[in-house]
Amino acid sequence: MSNKSVTRRGVLKTGAVAGAGVALPTIFTASSASAFTNEPTGGTVTLGFNVPQTGPYADEGNDELLAQQLAVEHLNGEGDGGCLNTFTSKALKGNGILGKKVTFVTGDTQTKSDAARASAKSMIEKDGAIMINGGSSSGVAVAVQGLCQEAGIIFMAGLTHANDTTGKDRKKNGFRHFFNAYMSGAALAPVLAKEMGADRRAYHLTADYNWGWTQEESIVASTEALGWETVNTVKTPLASTDFSSYIAPVLNSGADVLVLNHYGGNMVNSLTNAIQFGLLDKVANGKDFKIVVPLYSELMAAGAGENIKGVLGSMNYNWQLENEGSKAFVKSFGEKYGKPPSNSAQTCYAQVLLYADAVERAGSFNPCAVVEALEGFEFDGLGNGKTLYRAEDHQCFKDVLVVRGAQNPTNAYDTLEIVEITPVDQVTYPPDHPMFGGAEATLGECNEGA
Amino acid sequence: MDAILLQILNGLDKGSAYALIALGLTLIFGTLGVVNFAHGALFMIGAFCAVTLQRILNLSFESVDESQTDFLGNPLKVKTPYVEAWFGPEAGAVIIDWSVPLAVLFAIPIMLFVGYAMERGLIKFFYKRPHADQILVTFGLAIVLQEVIKYFFGANPIQTPPPEALRGSLDLGVMVGFDPNAIIYPIWRLVYFVFATVIIGGVFAFLQFTTFGMVVRAGMADRETVGLLGINIDRRFTIMFGIAAAVAGLAGVMYGPLNPPNYHMGMDFLVLSFVVVVVGGMGSLPGAVLAGFLLGILESFASTTWATTTIPGINQIIIYLVAIIILLTRPRGLMGRKGVMED
Repeated sequence: MSNKSVTRRGVLKTGAVAGAGVALPTIFTASSASAFTNEPTGGTVTLGFNVPQTGPYADEGNDELLAQQLAVEHLNGEGDGGCLNTFTSKALKGNGILGKKVTFVTGDTQTKSDAARASAKSMIEKDGAIMINGGSSSGVAVAVQGLCQEAGIIFMAGLTHANDTTGKDRKKNGFRHFFNAYMSGAALAPVLAKEMGADRRAYHLTADYNWGWTQEESIVASTEALGWETVNTVKTPLASTDFSSYIAPVLNSGADVLVLNHYGGNMVNSLTNAIQFGLLDKVANGKDFKIVVPLYSELMAAGAGENIKGVLGSMNYNWQLENEGSKAFVKSFGEKYGKPPSNSAQTCYAQVLLYADAVERAGSFNPCAVVEALEGFEFDGLGNGKTLYRAEDHQCFKDVLVVRGAQNPTNAYDTLEIVEITPVDQVTYPPDHPMFGGAEATLGECNEGA
Repeated sequence: MDAILLQILNGLDKGSAYALIALGLTLIFGTLGVVNFAHGALFMIGAFCAVTLQRILNLSFESVDESQTDFLGNPLKVKTPYVEAWFGPEAGAVIIDWSVPLAVLFAIPIMLFVGYAMERGLIKFFYKRPHADQILVTFGLAIVLQEVIKYFFGANPIQTPPPEALRGSLDLGVMVGFDPNAIIYPIWRLVYFVFATVIIGGVFAFLQFTTFGMVVRAGMADRETVGLLGINIDRRFTIMFGIAAAVAGLAGVMYGPLNPPNYHMGMDFLVLSFVVVVVGGMGSLPGAVLAGFLLGILESFASTTWATTTIPGINQIIIYLVAIIILLTRPRGLMGRKGVMED
């Protein structure tokens, strides 16, 4: 005799399981019907903005987000159009992308690789983002770039300065508009030679992680090529807050230049400490002691306050640039938000427009078509002057700015002054340069996902 | 030799901050038996008292200067601080210049109140709960406090420079017979060390030489007996919580000119300060101070090029390494007493 009996609940359970089983193949069929990951089907297309919204770079992330929102407005034909009016490619009409209204979702990278990957994954899988844009860290950029490559999504990097992003870690689906550590070295070297001479002894303090190492390598190479001697290179833990123990040995090291390969809070504190120890008032080897901060940002300049006066560094962009693209962007951003844009904001704005333009020119959202449209693309009118998206490594090549902390700023925004606009030819290097992974570094194959 | 002296000075300076925070932590633990993970946040709030006072003193009215333009090409709005309008440009500028020392006075009542409110509003409900609960709730409170500060002040560091007269550095080497420029040390770091010594001395004198302090010490030794004598020890302990908060806050105010305050500076110090307390001996005030200076000096020496090239990474682990060695050889810490945190 069997104890089994048919119950209403049992029938429902069995039905549900059977139903799911029948539906399962259809889910896969529906998915595979798309030619590529997150192919937009309705009247809208969703972009994913992955920026630090919490953590120490939250202010920079916020600036990136403001710029990305502005770009979306301009793409949808709202506002004054910004750089759509100055961009040399005229594919964008202010009617969205391929006629679809642009919407966006945001993720919080927290400036942590794992958190950034998780937020990018969520935007791709849950929100159907067709591309990922933004970020403020090379570690994050490399991690998210790898994820987007696997997912078949285009990644437009934000502020990432390590050589590796478009060097040994370059990917076919990833693109960098921002400049890199090699370019900083190449742009700074002639200015350093002019202002400080060819007979200098440099002491490096370097943040002990990937970006710090590549920047130190780049600056050491370009300054030694000038004839400078490198006295010492000291790695400082990323979590350091007080640099007095690292600055004190500089005093009697025989060096006459201190290079701070630090970013963000590290740079603000190390520069503040160096000034406290009177380094800039010191005379060493018969020369005035100098400090160089190879990578500057507006927020770091604000954080460092008066300490940056006279200190040289480099930038990807500065709002004081007077070309037509820059003027249009500053006007649009300034009128909407009441402040000039930072260089990370400009990069993120340009990247959104460049992606949208590539889709329009390709006539498709297919990532491989977008890759093809961006590779070797030459343009102007986005604020940096003439720019090339090099096909071999997906790195933008454009002029690089050498800047100096202003002696007498008149307001909170002109704390940095442009010393020189280094022409693109001086910062160009071969795609198989040893600092960029050498001959082994390749982009790999394009992945369209799905 | 000069390099060694410089690192000792650096160590005393770092140690000052560790000792001040650890002193407050130990004071709270010794009196109330609470492990307060929000203590770093109190240090951070102190630093932001200086930022707040700086902003108050810089409150300005705007006037339009037609001769200059802003970044959009509109006539420039020139800001003039009210204090400069009220007291004259020179006196006003001096007041603004001395905002950090003035913030010490500004921070004391605020920090006493914050400490009092924290103890009465939240922590008193956790006295009878396990230490794990106390750690969780105070750690949560620390996160809330830092996010509140971030909401109002942003994530970027904010400079609170020392007065003009106390900027720059002194050639200490010349004073003790070394060559010029051999031992140059920032003035404000010396000020910080002296300030820390005065505060630490003040707290010890308060506990040692006042009736209030005597009762508190008696309460720390045997709370129950003091209660049986008809003394309201809880009220005194609440006041001690306020004093511990003020000590952490003042440490933060004076620390701002060394490294510009940001919302997570408390967390940066918290773990280190706990190690200091444990190494010094839970509940031991002299232990906390001794361990603070000791670990500060060791950390400075471990950061020298000689140390990092001999043992790579030593600068990152030295404090924890010393903590392990001390706890293995002296399980109660340097000056810990029997019976504290032992069932």
